[in-house]
Amino acid sequence: MASATRPNQLLRNMSSKIASIPMALTAIVIFVGCTLWTVAYSFTGSRLLPRWRWVGLDQYDRLWDTDRWIISMQNLAIYGFCMMAFSLFLGFLMAALLDQKIRGENVFRTIFLYPYALSFVVTGLTWQWMLNPSFGLQKVVRDWGWESFTFAPLTNPDWAIYGVLMAGLWQGTGLVMVIMLAGLRGIDEDVWKAARVDGIPAWKTYVYIVIPMMRPIFVTAIVLVATAIIKVFDLIVAQTQGGPGLATEVPAKYVYEMMFRNQNLGQGFAASTMMLCFVLIIIVPWSIYEFGGRRNGR
Amino acid sequence: MAASSTNTPSGAKPKNTWTLGSVFVYGTLIILALYYLAPLYVMIVTSLKTLPEIRQGNVFALPDAVNLDAWFKAWATACTGLNCDGLSRGFWNSVIITVPSVIVSIAVASVNGYALANWPYRGANVFFTILIFGAFIPYQLMLYPIVIILRNLGVYGDLVGLIIVHTIFGMPILTLLFRNYFSSLPEELFKAARVDGAGFWGIFFKVMLPMSVPILVVAVILQITGIWNDFLFGIVYARPETYPMTVQLNNIVNSTFGEKEYNVNMAATILTGLVPLTVYFVSGKLFVRGIAAGAVKG
Amino acid sequence: MHSVSIQNLDLSFGAVDVLKGLNLDIYDGEFLVLLGSSGCGKSTLLNCIAGLLDITGGQIHIKGNNVTWAEPSERGIGMVFQSYALYPQMSVEGNLSFGLKNAKVPKDEIRRRVDRAAEILQIGPLLNRKPAALSGGQRQRVAIGRALVRDVDVFLFDEPLSNLDAKLRADLRVELKELHRDLKNTMIYVTHDQVEAMTLADRIAIMKGGVIQQLASPDEIYNRPVNKYVADFIGSPSMTFFDGELKGGRFVMGDVNLPTEGYDFTGGQIDGKAIMGIRPEHVASGRDVEDAAYRTTVTAELVEPMGSDTLIWADFAGKRLRVRLDGQMKIADGDQIEIGINPAKANFFDAASELRL
Repeated sequence: MASATRPNQLLRNMSSKIASIPMALTAIVIFVGCTLWTVAYSFTGSRLLPRWRWVGLDQYDRLWDTDRWIISMQNLAIYGFCMMAFSLFLGFLMAALLDQKIRGENVFRTIFLYPYALSFVVTGLTWQWMLNPSFGLQKVVRDWGWESFTFAPLTNPDWAIYGVLMAGLWQGTGLVMVIMLAGLRGIDEDVWKAARVDGIPAWKTYVYIVIPMMRPIFVTAIVLVATAIIKVFDLIVAQTQGGPGLATEVPAKYVYEMMFRNQNLGQGFAASTMMLCFVLIIIVPWSIYEFGGRRNGR
Repeated sequence: MAASSTNTPSGAKPKNTWTLGSVFVYGTLIILALYYLAPLYVMIVTSLKTLPEIRQGNVFALPDAVNLDAWFKAWATACTGLNCDGLSRGFWNSVIITVPSVIVSIAVASVNGYALANWPYRGANVFFTILIFGAFIPYQLMLYPIVIILRNLGVYGDLVGLIIVHTIFGMPILTLLFRNYFSSLPEELFKAARVDGAGFWGIFFKVMLPMSVPILVVAVILQITGIWNDFLFGIVYARPETYPMTVQLNNIVNSTFGEKEYNVNMAATILTGLVPLTVYFVSGKLFVRGIAAGAVKG
Repeated sequence: MHSVSIQNLDLSFGAVDVLKGLNLDIYDGEFLVLLGSSGCGKSTLLNCIAGLLDITGGQIHIKGNNVTWAEPSERGIGMVFQSYALYPQMSVEGNLSFGLKNAKVPKDEIRRRVDRAAEILQIGPLLNRKPAALSGGQRQRVAIGRALVRDVDVFLFDEPLSNLDAKLRADLRVELKELHRDLKNTMIYVTHDQVEAMTLADRIAIMKGGVIQQLASPDEIYNRPVNKYVADFIGSPSMTFFDGELKGGRFVMGDVNLPTEGYDFTGGQIDGKAIMGIRPEHVASGRDVEDAAYRTTVTAELVEPMGSDTLIWADFAGKRLRVRLDGQMKIADGDQIEIGINPAKANFFDAASELRL
């Protein structure tokens, strides 16, 4: 009888294996294969086309000798630091305010989140116009009578990256708020009751009880914001095109232009490999935190 | 109303009278709401003004008369430097890209998530882990090798190529979404269907899929907004004739030719944001659920 | 002939052995209950029989066919689940006929079987409803119906009554017993509820750690538990256990010295460290005390009146002894009461192996 013998293990569950082919291909060919390919070719002198001509670390030497790359890195550092700090602060603040049993919670939440539905291109162009020195916010305030008011970050190389930051925060803080709000709602109501019975003021309850309880939520938010920061590209292209000068250049844009505009593939590969390194700096500690203690559960 | 939640507020309960605390809460929320709403308002009023009106007036001022010329121009005749048929071409390109990409990516990922949740096989979790970590790899590392792959498949620059790319990069989040959803369904239901003699596809189509409407809607929302808002894959994997709306918009607004027509630019920006905004306002809490599902359990 | 026969069944998940070398033969038409606390492997065993889990080693025969690697639907089994597992989008009729449609049974035959099941279970008026519109009891009836229409010899029940409230559970328990009496199918029934096990089973298999501890009739299990675990598990409240020593036909624990005449030592009389277990209802009280071989007076430390009977907790030989008294006896905390212990009704276990002596 056929069912008496153990069937071939390879053939068992065949439909499931066939259904997983797209996933397996994506994981192996794209995420592992393509990434390793790019890393490998970052050690070659490829220009217009990928050529397997080994040049060792030349591309990296050149990369770190390029002003544009260094400035891109500095910009990303400033943007990233501020974005992280402000979006976590504002996101938590907004979530905490919405969690006060207020009236119109849904209206406020809808308002805070709608920019997240918009593309970075739309966001960038919107804020390009808002910050337009001749017609935007600066002119409005001057029209109100404050003649010397100056607020034109996009035309000032020292401030341009903060203009981008304003747009980035406008677009992305809603997401942090939603995550934080989910975290706050996940906290047992009894904690609040206990704190009130003990006579602990609300702000102390947040600082000493609620925020420590929300540590996993904060970690998630940090990882999400961080990966979004490293990927920032369309926002810059739309809002400032990297200008004025190099004031808002970022690594992702450097990579794109080296690969698809300047016919300098090797540089693009080396720069993108550096981006991978930054991601690993974030992801490795996070995954140790997340999965380190326990075996990868269900 | 959009973005409502089934959870109830858990924060400290406000008193009935207007205390200093509630003034602070509502004051802060209203100021933040103004920051979030101002750009939308400015975009709309700008798009309804004439150019002279924009030059003389204030960005916050209401238009003297509602003037839809800019909208028609943005839609039909605005120039990108290459051609002058407005955003309409980009809109239709985006529709042509988004519809099949949404369908294919969700079809592939839902079957995938189902295979992982209900028919696990040895090694399945290896692929899945790579897939999830792959979601954090900057796209820049995979951009160029995918160009080579698509070129070899003969679909570089084609619609098919873009569908493949969107399916690939939608896969981590969608697979996670579906896997978690199918895992959350009672396991006994799956067992009952097996005792009833249904196989891999029978259970998927007759038992699981009819129960998956909520998660399908979440996935559709996630994918429509995500694919519609894409810019990077559009410029890399499409040709100028097949550029999606975001790329077209950027080219119109940031085109260096001719006089800047701010009203047309703002009309074009709103038009591009209209599809995801509509999805956002119509779907409401499902949108929130989608991003929370994608975010909270990374 | 054995209806279901399990030989040397092994199941491990990675390094964890869930079931080890398990043998179990179930007779035709038998109602067998797999009983144990959660994690004992009872549901796992049932899933193995159903073919919902791939086993690591051994063989499973159903009705003489080796079905070790057969698909669940090809094994000739029907299964009822704790959560009912009704397909929410299908009507009751759709739920009942889904398996038959998959098996490509002709339409009129499906009709006939569905109607018969509906009649037996009295769910005829519900056939067009969706599961969401049914009560818990009705849902479980439909779930049983789904097994019924398959016209199989073996029914598997995975804690089918656990999701129901107490009253409904008792009602459906009776119905299940009647169903078994009328249909005479083999039924394998998993539960953690000893009342269900005692009332329904022809035989009970008590499991612990993936191993069957005792396989016997409810009466045997209650009166002659093979080891201390089974003795402790069956009965509510459970036995009180005393550590002591068997010496020359007497059980000695501290100052207390009990005769053991009348107890049937299966392995012959031994001397050495032993455990005595006695059920609360087997402690003699009232008039019965006079017949007991050992009599003493204890203080009721705590009284739990339960209506039909009253439980008291009393200090005896350094332990809290549980005693079940007639509910009509009026007793208050601190009262003195006379009790007796009858060795014939006690249980003795070896202190080291915990096996019955």
